Amino acid sequence: MTALHLAKSALLAVPLWLLISSLLRFKPSWLRHLASLAAGFGVAALATLAMPPGILSYVTTFILVACIYAVLSVGLNVQWGYTGLFNIGIAAFYAIGAFTSALVTTKMPTGINASFTKQLFGLGLPFWVGVLAAGLVAGVLAWLVGKPTLKLRDDYLAIATIGIAELVRLFFQNERWLANGPQPLRGIPQPLSCLVGDGCSWLPGFVNSFFAPLAPRDYPYVYVAIVALVLYLIYRVLERAIRSPWGRALRAVREEEASAAMNGKDVAAFRMQAFVVGAVIMGLGGALYAHYVVSIDYSHFDPLYGTFLVWVMLMLGGSGNNRGAILGAFVVWAIWSGTSFVVDAIRPTLAAISPSLPARGPYLRLLFISVLLVFIVLYRPKGIVPEEKVVSLDRDT
Amino acid sequence: MERFRRAASGRTGMVVALAFVLLVIVVAAVLKGVGATQLLSLFIRGVLLGGTLALGAIGVTLVFSVLKMANFAHGDTMTLGAYLGLVVVTLLPKGAPLAPFSFGYEFIVALLVVIPAVGLITFGLDQLAFRPLRARRSPAIMFAMAALGLAFGIRSLVYIFWGADFTFFYTGRARPAVELFAGIRVRPDQFFILGLAIVLIVGVYLLLERTKIGKAMRATADNSDLARLSGIDTKRVILWTWLIGGGLAAAGGMLYGLDVQLRPEMGWWLLLPLFASVILGSLGNAYGALAGAFVIGIVWQMSGAFINPVYSQGIAFLVMIIVLLVRPEGLFGGKK
Repeated sequence: MTALHLAKSALLAVPLWLLISSLLRFKPSWLRHLASLAAGFGVAALATLAMPPGILSYVTTFILVACIYAVLSVGLNVQWGYTGLFNIGIAAFYAIGAFTSALVTTKMPTGINASFTKQLFGLGLPFWVGVLAAGLVAGVLAWLVGKPTLKLRDDYLAIATIGIAELVRLFFQNERWLANGPQPLRGIPQPLSCLVGDGCSWLPGFVNSFFAPLAPRDYPYVYVAIVALVLYLIYRVLERAIRSPWGRALRAVREEEASAAMNGKDVAAFRMQAFVVGAVIMGLGGALYAHYVVSIDYSHFDPLYGTFLVWVMLMLGGSGNNRGAILGAFVVWAIWSGTSFVVDAIRPTLAAISPSLPARGPYLRLLFISVLLVFIVLYRPKGIVPEEKVVSLDRDT
Repeated sequence: MERFRRAASGRTGMVVALAFVLLVIVVAAVLKGVGATQLLSLFIRGVLLGGTLALGAIGVTLVFSVLKMANFAHGDTMTLGAYLGLVVVTLLPKGAPLAPFSFGYEFIVALLVVIPAVGLITFGLDQLAFRPLRARRSPAIMFAMAALGLAFGIRSLVYIFWGADFTFFYTGRARPAVELFAGIRVRPDQFFILGLAIVLIVGVYLLLERTKIGKAMRATADNSDLARLSGIDTKRVILWTWLIGGGLAAAGGMLYGLDVQLRPEMGWWLLLPLFASVILGSLGNAYGALAGAFVIGIVWQMSGAFINPVYSQGIAFLVMIIVLLVRPEGLFGGKK
């Protein structure tokens, strides 16, 4: 085992540790975390040694993107799963989060770059400020959309969110002064990228030398640990929230609006809170995405990637269940990435049917995912992991 | 204050609000130095667009009133109609353009083939996706979600068969505009579009008001359980709802494609103005949808005088939000 293997395993141990510790159910929790950290490191070390570097980095990127989608899916779960709000404009909150964080963390371009990149402001603030600002702005947008629509029929919210998602995308496409318009906004800083570069000056020397074998192209190993931590934090907060009186009230609003109101619950306020909280989480997801891809433009936030896939993830995994939402993100992302191999494999067959068909192969995946959604709605509306009927018994909080 | 609120949320209040929107548009355009001729010609183009929108909006509202579901696949049904029309037009031998229009007889044939075909396709999709949900008495929102899945499914088929690029019914054929009066130029095609839209809408009016099946549809919309108890064949009603809704959508898609272009995303982009029209004219009210479509069409085109036309969709959205704030039940809805 070389120093490079060790550094990679240590980073990959983070998501595995968080996964294992949320699956295990024993106390005390420090022992659980210690055990899962050890197990996580063991699995990570085995994987690092057994897999060729190319495959390992593919798997890492897969986990990374699936975790970002899981953030979106968990955010949607607050809106749809707990409260029954039909938001088909996830892309709006995702996009505005991504662009906010990008503007907050990049520096204003100077010199020759200023003529290529136009942006309203570039504050050059740290990653975490960008992420929080993304959540804040997405929440404000949700409040503005929710105000006229949440009191009305469910379909009105749906159509309003479709509209806001299209408008946000059009706005970032056409307004050059805001975030470089149709051109990509480049150079979004990556947190802790110094670990894979020259070393972070604020970290003690032995940490830097431990991660020194990593090259800049190994950055996903670092970022997957960060994203997994953020996802875990959101997950823990939400699990706590759904088990609180607030979470029970949301489910009451969803199931029986009239009787929730009769019991003195302010239905409109609860719906608004759920909508805003969900949107804040989606904004965080957007920020995580922006710092991963480094350069973003409007086309990343189209209805397919920004909204539709997330819906299939939540519906397949299980609405009303955070574990289901996360599982769904991984399963659907696996189907989505896996079918791209299938399409590649049948490329000759497609070419035999029609010469223009191979280039359109990706749309076969879209067809498959659409049919999958209809099937879930028809035959398995509860998803793989159905919602727990009783959530508030003292069991594992 | 209370009196003011009540007045504002009345039908008059809403008409005043819409008139105000139109006034703001005109003032903004005049301030920007747009001439009266151009404003008038935008107005006329808005009316023409309204005709196309109305074909889609009537379907949305009909499906909503009879089947109690928001059909988010309606926009993509329009796309499907346009592309199936393209298939027919391409397969038939090309005839000379029917002057002064830019299309030949084959476009008319395509309309006659595609309207019933798409009506039957939407009925088939209904039997596959929505009938099981009806049998289970699923909540309305699950219908909307299945419709969303269908919308993306239809769009992916369009991508697979025709590719992602935009196209025309007649590539490379000139579509000259003629002068109507006082420097206002319109393409003859656009008159055909409006004329056909009016013919189809009148046809639907007669069907709903004068025939037995129309009466049955209205009864089912009113109270479907009661309708079934009174011996109305609800299956037949559902078939006719889709034949009319899907057929009109197909016609709307073909006409929109003739006027602008065919794109796989065209229907998805029309979904927002369609629902804005329907909400403006009260959900479930066919004549309201008609009026709403013309309002949205006019506001959409005229706003292009002073803002970047890419945001016209945003104006439709804005009108919808105003309606939701002032009078959510729409122009023709009764107070609940």
